[in-house]
Amino acid sequence: MLIINNLKASIGGKNILKGISLEVKPGEIHAIMGPNGSGKSTLAAVLAGRELVEVTEGTVTYFGKNLLEMTAEDRAKEGIFLGFQYPIEIPGVSMVNFMKTAVNENRKHKGLDPLSASDFLKMMREKKELVEIDSKLANRSVNEGFSGGEKKKNEIFQMAMLEPKLAILDETDSGLDIDALRIVANGVNKLKLPDNSFIVITHYQRLLDYIIPDVVHVLYDGRIVKTAGKELALELEEKGYDWIKKEVENNIIA
Amino acid sequence: MEKDQDKILSDVTSGEYKYGFYSDIEMDRIPKGLSEDVVRIISGKKNEPEWLLDFRLKAYRHWLIMKMPTWPNLKIPPINYQEIIFYAAPKLRKNLNSIDDIDPELKKTFDKLGIPLDEQKHLAGVAVDAVIDSVSVKTTFKETLAEMGIIFCSFSDAVKEYPDLVKRYMGSVVPYTDNFFATLNSAVFSDGSFCYIPKGVRCPMELSTYFRINSANTGQFERTLLIADEESYVSYLEGCTAPSRDENQLHAAIVEIVAEKNAEVKYSTVQNWYPGNKEGKGGVFNFVTKRGICKGENSKISWTQIETGSAITWKYPSCILRGDNSTGEFYSVAVTNNYQQADTGTKMIHIGKNTKSTIVSKGISAGKGQNSYRGLVKVLKNATNARNFSQCDSLLLGDKCGAHTFPYIEVDNQTAIVEHEATTSKIGEDQIFYCNQRGISTDDAIGLIVNGYAREVINKLPMEFAVEAQKLLQISLEGSVG
Ligand SMILES: Nc1ncnc2c1ncn2[C@@H]1O[C@H](COP(=O)(O)OP(=O)(O)OP(=O)(O)O)[C@@H](O)[C@H]1O
Ligand SMILES: [Mg+2]
Repeated sequence: MLIINNLKASIGGKNILKGISLEVKPGEIHAIMGPNGSGKSTLAAVLAGRELVEVTEGTVTYFGKNLLEMTAEDRAKEGIFLGFQYPIEIPGVSMVNFMKTAVNENRKHKGLDPLSASDFLKMMREKKELVEIDSKLANRSVNEGFSGGEKKKNEIFQMAMLEPKLAILDETDSGLDIDALRIVANGVNKLKLPDNSFIVITHYQRLLDYIIPDVVHVLYDGRIVKTAGKELALELEEKGYDWIKKEVENNIIA
Repeated sequence: MEKDQDKILSDVTSGEYKYGFYSDIEMDRIPKGLSEDVVRIISGKKNEPEWLLDFRLKAYRHWLIMKMPTWPNLKIPPINYQEIIFYAAPKLRKNLNSIDDIDPELKKTFDKLGIPLDEQKHLAGVAVDAVIDSVSVKTTFKETLAEMGIIFCSFSDAVKEYPDLVKRYMGSVVPYTDNFFATLNSAVFSDGSFCYIPKGVRCPMELSTYFRINSANTGQFERTLLIADEESYVSYLEGCTAPSRDENQLHAAIVEIVAEKNAEVKYSTVQNWYPGNKEGKGGVFNFVTKRGICKGENSKISWTQIETGSAITWKYPSCILRGDNSTGEFYSVAVTNNYQQADTGTKMIHIGKNTKSTIVSKGISAGKGQNSYRGLVKVLKNATNARNFSQCDSLLLGDKCGAHTFPYIEVDNQTAIVEHEATTSKIGEDQIFYCNQRGISTDDAIGLIVNGYAREVINKLPMEFAVEAQKLLQISLEGSVG
């Protein structure tokens, strides 16, 4: 569904992504790991269509279409969801209003009528239960004053509401307590349909105990330097990134 | 990143004004310029009684020695009063007894504005006084209201039919010496609305005045006088639009409200005068004096304003809280986009005991707009237990606009409690992207955020107009809808 080929991107003239190639097939779960500042969130931003990241080279194809030509909102409507590493607060806009607008825009794109108020609220209720989110959060302004963990759960809740084809979760596990982590992971697993895919960005192997990845990639200095099965995550947890850094340096010298 | 944000903001802040059309109506205009003769001509055109002409002349003579105020935080280009036409009225046919007597072109104009003059077609429960340039052309539901003793008519008709009421109250809240623009208005005012709610009557429908500037080079100077007698209630709404023109046009109005014992008046404004183009050319100068007096005990006056139009707005709807236990409220949303400037706020003058006032001001600045809140809370010596709460928020879209707050507090009574809170926030590129990522367009995102921000004020509007106001807010900040 997603083919990234030699993708290079910069922010404010600084090269961040230095040639990334990656293919995600329907139904696959990819994990991306890598040290701080290696470009994981930047990659997620490019895929979601954030304009402040400038793509300088490469292509991204999504269901056969040139993804880079699509606006951020069209990508969202075509089924790409980004769970933000740092979810944004929007004071004064209630979660209900925000989600209703989002859900109905997505429905409009699919040629469906807007949901009635009661159907919408019913859907909210079901999804809240699914991701075990506190009912009260939905009555507040978007992310305003939410705790770090609540914000992350709220991202999963929104994902549940929008039912994306490709969900990119950027460190959704960071800042979660043990129970919340399990809830988030279970939520993901419940939402996982045979044909939709996930890119899970994380620093911790423990999330991957719950969400079993098909592939693990290591992103380092804007490049994917290693790709392997789920056992790679364990190895990284044990040994850290130093050995990979060394490998990379040796390769460059060699 | 900067560039990006600018692009998003310039895209969404370039909305077009939708009421900029001009109607070709046969007009009766006097030559441009201002003099004692012009004042006499205006009075003569309206067959006014001597006392009213005297009032005008006193005002005119006083105006000659006044200077334009320089304290507002506004850049106002010099205004040449000799280049303005002070009276322009659609040529009316005989007596306006039925809808069919109105010039079809005029009817069409108001239809286009969404204000049908035909009672059958009109929003149920709203009576309208339609004012174009210098005169009122039609007041709907006059007869229905008259059955309850409510007087709702043009100011000119009131002068003819209820001279005693007009004489007693006109200038009692805003004296002709009040300020430069109020004095000018007192000299040259042409028409406006008059409303009297008798003792014990709850007005069963929204009353509204719709002001339309149509002619070029013409100033609009209307007066509204609203009297709520004891135990009465009325909700009043005014709306305004003007054609898009390259020249600036002057609008200097007066609104006076009197609330007697236990009376309540809600006065709402949706101000959408032509704001000028994106380069700051043209637009209406909106220099308005609005003031209400809570004369009797337990009376209440509430101002709600949604200000999206005008090149320059200078306006401070105020309450004089004279009756004990009286209440004044001011809820405002003011938008300045492109080169618009606004210096707006309120004055709450606490005279009576246990008087309460609430001020909620929400400024929204975009483009190169400059938005100032200016408010005075004054508690006089005898106003024991006066209470005020003020909240002034500013929302900025982009970094070329400005927001300023000038709160003045003068307290002469130790028992008073006066609270002031202020916040400034920004719509960030990250917030818009977050919405985009959920499938919400940038226009809709701005609309959501702005309406969320202004909700507290919009909720104060009569229901029928709240939805309109929401749309207007979004449109005034939008690139193109949809
Ligand atoms: N808006 C920005 N302006 C300038 N530099 C930026 C910006 N956003 C990211 N960068 C830089 O790009 C590089 C990659 O950042 P990115 O957020 O993609 O890293 P990451 O792999 O997600 O790190 P982490 O694990 O800490 O979340 C960093 O050096 C960062 O400082
Ligand atoms: Mg990151």
